[in-house]
Amino acid sequence: MIQKELKKLVVYGAFLVIILTPMLGFRSTTFEPGRVLKILGIFMTILVLNIVVKFIRSQKKDDGRKKTPWTEVVRKRINRYPKVYTLGGLLALAFAFPMFADNYMIDVGITCLIYVCLGLGLNIVVGLCGLLDLGYIAFYAVGAYTYSLLNLTFGLSFWAALPLGIVLGMVVGCIIGYPTLKMRGDYLAIVTLGFGEIVRLVLNNWDSLTAGPNGLFGMKRPALYYPSFGEDGFTWVTYYLKSLPSLYYFILLIAILTIIGVRRLDNSRIGRAWIAIREDEVAAELSGVPTTWIKLLAYALGAGFASVAGAFFAAKLSYTNPNFFLFMESCIVLCIVVLGGVGSIPGIVVAAFVLIAAPEVFRGLENFRMLAFGGIMTTMMILKPEGLIPASRRRRELRADQEPPPKD
Amino acid sequence: MTNPQAILKLTDVHTYYGNIHALKGISCSISKGEIACLIGANGAGKSTTLMTIFGVQRASQGKILFNGKPIQDLKPEKVAALGVSQTPEGRQIFPRMSTYENLEMGAFLRRDKGEVQKDLEWVFSLFPVLKDRMGQLGGTLSGGEQQMLAIGRALMSRPELLLLDEPSLGLAPKLVEVIFETILQINQDSGTTIFLVEQNANMALGISDTGYVMETGKIVLADKSSVLLESEQVKKAYLGE
Amino acid sequence: MDLSSFLLQQIINAVFLGSIYSLIALGYTMVYGIIELINFAHGELFTAGAFIGVIVLTALQQMGFVETHFVLTMIIVFVMSMSYVAVLGVAVEHVAYKPLRTSSRLSALLSALGMSIFLSNGMMLSQGVSDRAYPQVFGIEGIEFMGARITNGQIFIIILAVALMVGLQLFVHRTRLGKAMRATAQNKTMARILGIDIDQTIRITFMIGPALGAAAGVMVGLHYGAVRFDMGFIFMIKAFAAAILGGIGSIPGAMLGGLIIGTIEVMWAAFLPSAWKDVTTFTVLIMVLYFKPSGLLGEGTTEVRV
Repeated sequence: MIQKELKKLVVYGAFLVIILTPMLGFRSTTFEPGRVLKILGIFMTILVLNIVVKFIRSQKKDDGRKKTPWTEVVRKRINRYPKVYTLGGLLALAFAFPMFADNYMIDVGITCLIYVCLGLGLNIVVGLCGLLDLGYIAFYAVGAYTYSLLNLTFGLSFWAALPLGIVLGMVVGCIIGYPTLKMRGDYLAIVTLGFGEIVRLVLNNWDSLTAGPNGLFGMKRPALYYPSFGEDGFTWVTYYLKSLPSLYYFILLIAILTIIGVRRLDNSRIGRAWIAIREDEVAAELSGVPTTWIKLLAYALGAGFASVAGAFFAAKLSYTNPNFFLFMESCIVLCIVVLGGVGSIPGIVVAAFVLIAAPEVFRGLENFRMLAFGGIMTTMMILKPEGLIPASRRRRELRADQEPPPKD
Repeated sequence: MTNPQAILKLTDVHTYYGNIHALKGISCSISKGEIACLIGANGAGKSTTLMTIFGVQRASQGKILFNGKPIQDLKPEKVAALGVSQTPEGRQIFPRMSTYENLEMGAFLRRDKGEVQKDLEWVFSLFPVLKDRMGQLGGTLSGGEQQMLAIGRALMSRPELLLLDEPSLGLAPKLVEVIFETILQINQDSGTTIFLVEQNANMALGISDTGYVMETGKIVLADKSSVLLESEQVKKAYLGE
Repeated sequence: MDLSSFLLQQIINAVFLGSIYSLIALGYTMVYGIIELINFAHGELFTAGAFIGVIVLTALQQMGFVETHFVLTMIIVFVMSMSYVAVLGVAVEHVAYKPLRTSSRLSALLSALGMSIFLSNGMMLSQGVSDRAYPQVFGIEGIEFMGARITNGQIFIIILAVALMVGLQLFVHRTRLGKAMRATAQNKTMARILGIDIDQTIRITFMIGPALGAAAGVMVGLHYGAVRFDMGFIFMIKAFAAAILGGIGSIPGAMLGGLIIGTIEVMWAAFLPSAWKDVTTFTVLIMVLYFKPSGLLGEGTTEVRV
């Protein structure tokens, strides 16, 4: 076995040398071997460690018992307490967060929560319905631009613009969804990618409406209204949510509502229909699921959630431009869904925080963020396709598969 | 049955399709140069047996010996290299390759061009219609022609052992007779051992030397074909008498 | 310049651009044909080819090799770039596709997408975010006829692209390996029963397809004079549109599709606001998928299922 592994190591090493040398060594016209050796060293260490782990595992006597994975251990630990406590604790922590955090941390928190909303929205399309959407960020853009334009041209408030934004987002979702309904997975992925780019290009090129690459700015922030009884009698006072903590609470509320909404959808008839489509579309159709409508609904609802997040994003920054909505953003959201566990709500929430906050914590490594995201995506698919915290339904499916075949 | 010159020997072979226990301990032995047949109803596990021999389905337990060499853990391409060939269920013609190319693919592993040419002539002599269809795409051939092509393609590797899966399926009775006559002729011309899986028990037992009867994943009867043809049990269940 | 020579000029440009798209589209179509999955990393492999091209060409230029042995230089540049990307293609297959051959399509797609993001950012980190300039080896000389002109560089690129495509066609139809590839694409189980090692066949497909993409990458670099880590993205979408338009899985289809997409793009840019030309490509892609998903020369194998 060791001989085989060593042979593999040599082959992989040779491949790495061939692949890395020109790319890393020739950044300019002179050859810099130092960079090559550094990265090569990192890769080789990983491979050697992999072999060591394999070797140790093979040396250990197989005692017939299956080791429970650490995620299961954590889950069991958490499940020892009633759910109310866990959720209550998390909520309390989320509400108390701005009291002990500085503005920068609150800002990161807001970004994380925006991605929680996006991840949960995309989860409807990818996780529940099994449709790979690579242009999801377009709906986020629709939400952001709808609010910006309505606010700037007609002076509509956030609350008045929000329903319009959601409706428009859902309409765009259906427009994108409709022609792709009959397509198979990989075509769908490319077409949604194309649609996402079209939306961005339209925003970029339609100067008269969207101000092109300069973007729109000067939108009002979301406001709260409360009555005041002054000398002139009863009036409504407008309180704009300008401070970071107030914006934080606002997006926290949106995120909680999104979580509740997606959870209810997941456990509804529609949710089951989505999962039926994901598992076997033909069978679902033959069992009487109106697949066309149900799939469109997945697109529309996913788009609606993204639209809300987009409107908030534009209102928070009071600025928006087409370059916020690059393909890479879609990939980040997708990576959140994949890492967390396709279809798993707690997984996506955790993954959003890990993936968005981690690069902020390790600032020096920021450039490696997307590299890591790509690596995570591939690695997860190979090693743990069900995600860090698998959706409970998925876990049951996977367990069923692992049962040994009956012997007779 | 112990057989010193067995070309193929299965001992207690089990195969699973997911959770379905498709083969529940198959044992049989085929001698060099004979025609053996495996008969049984739909879903008895006949095709699975062939696919397991070839390594397309992995046997979870048991031994498969080809010329005394264990092959149960080999990949299909390695089994083919040892001199086994197969016409699988449904013929599996390459639809977008011409008849000629299909036959050529049969000889994929062979390097002896001259001999391949000779075998090609031989296949054309067995199935003259294929010569007329040389340039036609495999997918456009009729069912009977496809069956002939499938058998021809399997012969092009000059196999020691030929596995035939339901060559009569979906063919007109007259064509079935032609095919079975050719199978007999192949065996006599080249001495190729043939393992034939069939639902058409009458025809299969008629041309074969040894017969096996399969029911729900097990071999329930094994004897000389002539004996099986007379057996009451077989007559009742498979010969419709 | 009168209209007819203007049109002729546009046709020349269209053929030029189209042949590049065709080369990239071939990579998609070959991989799709054999494993029925899109190679999401193809755009990055194309970019990698362009980078190797600039690295080798710059080195050769510094040695003063380009002036003395022009043809040899070109051969070295293309061979180096194509073989590098062939190795990279095999690595991508081994890491991102092979372990997932029996899992769901969604998993395989996501893993390939991850690979694409990884490669593109890896190139950004190793080669920088800004354009990397290609040495200008082709001058502005060219041939003029009927008012239109075609540069020597364009002639060279078109001839090479056509030669590569003809070579591929011969390889696939005339050689043992090429036939094994077609057989594997049409029926994997049967191919194995006939003794074809399908793992090896798939690996070879992942060498040839990306290598053609790499050649296209070098061509793009030579013509436009620069390469950037993210240039694969837009070429990927266009080449994919070409592959779909021609009928994915069909090699002549990819060639035809590339020419059509190139023509649409050039004509649009010539007569209509060019800022919108990319929108047109996407629209064509979506229309084709909607109305004729099997493409122009497709073999009608596209099913509805994921």
